[in-house]
Amino acid sequence: MGFLTTAHLLFLWNGLLWTIGLSLLAFAGGGLLGFLVALGSSYGPRWSRLAVSVYIKLIQGTPLLVLLPLAYFGLPSLGLNVAPLTAAALALSIYVSAYLGEIWRGCIESVPRTQAEAAECLALRWHQRVWHVILPQAVKIATPPTVGFMVQIVKNTSLASAIGFVELARAGQIINNSTFEPFVIFMVVAALYFALCYPLSVLSRRLERSFHVAHR
Amino acid sequence: MNYAFDFSAPLAYWPDLLNGAWTTLALSVSATFFGFLLGVFCALANTGRTRWLAQLSGLYIEVIRNTPLLVQVFIVYFGLASMGLQVGAFTAATVALVVNVGAYTSEIVRAGIESIPRSQLEAAECMGLSRWQTLRHVVLPPAIERVYPALSSQYVLLMLASSICSQTSAEELTAVANRVQSDTYRSVETYLIVAAGYLLMSLLMRGLLWAVAMVAFPRRRRLGTPL
Repeated sequence: MGFLTTAHLLFLWNGLLWTIGLSLLAFAGGGLLGFLVALGSSYGPRWSRLAVSVYIKLIQGTPLLVLLPLAYFGLPSLGLNVAPLTAAALALSIYVSAYLGEIWRGCIESVPRTQAEAAECLALRWHQRVWHVILPQAVKIATPPTVGFMVQIVKNTSLASAIGFVELARAGQIINNSTFEPFVIFMVVAALYFALCYPLSVLSRRLERSFHVAHR
Repeated sequence: MNYAFDFSAPLAYWPDLLNGAWTTLALSVSATFFGFLLGVFCALANTGRTRWLAQLSGLYIEVIRNTPLLVQVFIVYFGLASMGLQVGAFTAATVALVVNVGAYTSEIVRAGIESIPRSQLEAAECMGLSRWQTLRHVVLPPAIERVYPALSSQYVLLMLASSICSQTSAEELTAVANRVQSDTYRSVETYLIVAAGYLLMSLLMRGLLWAVAMVAFPRRRRLGTPL
């Protein structure tokens, strides 16, 4: 790999750091929104359940590559000037919230009904029931699929390259434009993504297994 | 918020948009078909007795599932060209999508195969079925029927993910949208129209997959229920 100079490697490293940063932002934003989505669809009044299910259907039926330019080009024409990072973080958060919300709703609903009934018999208030009885159990169920979904988040940040945000994939494209060795450079980029995602996949699988054992 | 929406400018490009939607559908349907075949093959290899084949398909699945589709598309698109294979953007995009969705299909189908009770295999052996007959009549049909809902969601996701091919020169719906918005400067309207298009197409994909299920699984019970 004689044509990959130290400057190229540093540039890739920088891109890798931005990929990690963007993933964390998307996970934080998407997690927060997704939590509201999950609560709104399992506990809210009828109209909020309906609104949430329409929201999930809309977001899950649209590609991320349409949401990203919609945020990046759309917000400025509504009078809000956004940087690529803000637009990418916003679009990714919305995208992630629809999927995480759906996953977490399933987890909340898979906590046995009797638990909620028992808590009600103990005269716990609604927020006490949710906070002390349902959520601790739901979090345990939700951990493996959430870690698994983090792999999807890391992979999806690569699409932020389409709106000019320089993360790992975009850094690879830029280097390729100067070295014309696409095969090598994208293999390196793929290897870096693999190094980020594979540990998460393994962790998710291991958590799932240990959870199943604990459940038996 | 004093923005006046004007959908007429991007809508004037409707033949291009329709063409792009058609390309997206063609891309998705062919990738679904070949990806399904590849996925079933890899699932069989992965659960089979040939050691090296199982390891190879396991490696393939892990590598594909842990790298972004965008990078895979670039590797196929530029990689084929630098190996001296001159293929069109559409073919390269199809190959990349097939390779990608094959890995996901294989994981799903493997779960289905592993859910077949051992006793069924033993019964098939007792009846003197060959290994191929066992696969063809005892293992695969119920396995695939059982995981069919997961498979169809995966293929709808594939249709949405095919938008990534716009990053090469494949002229599918998102690529057309990028061109239309840079022609008309009506980005919000263009992407809203395209988002609606994708929503419609995901309904269409679901309908198509449902129709396939109606033909392929004649027993007409609820799909995905335990056997």
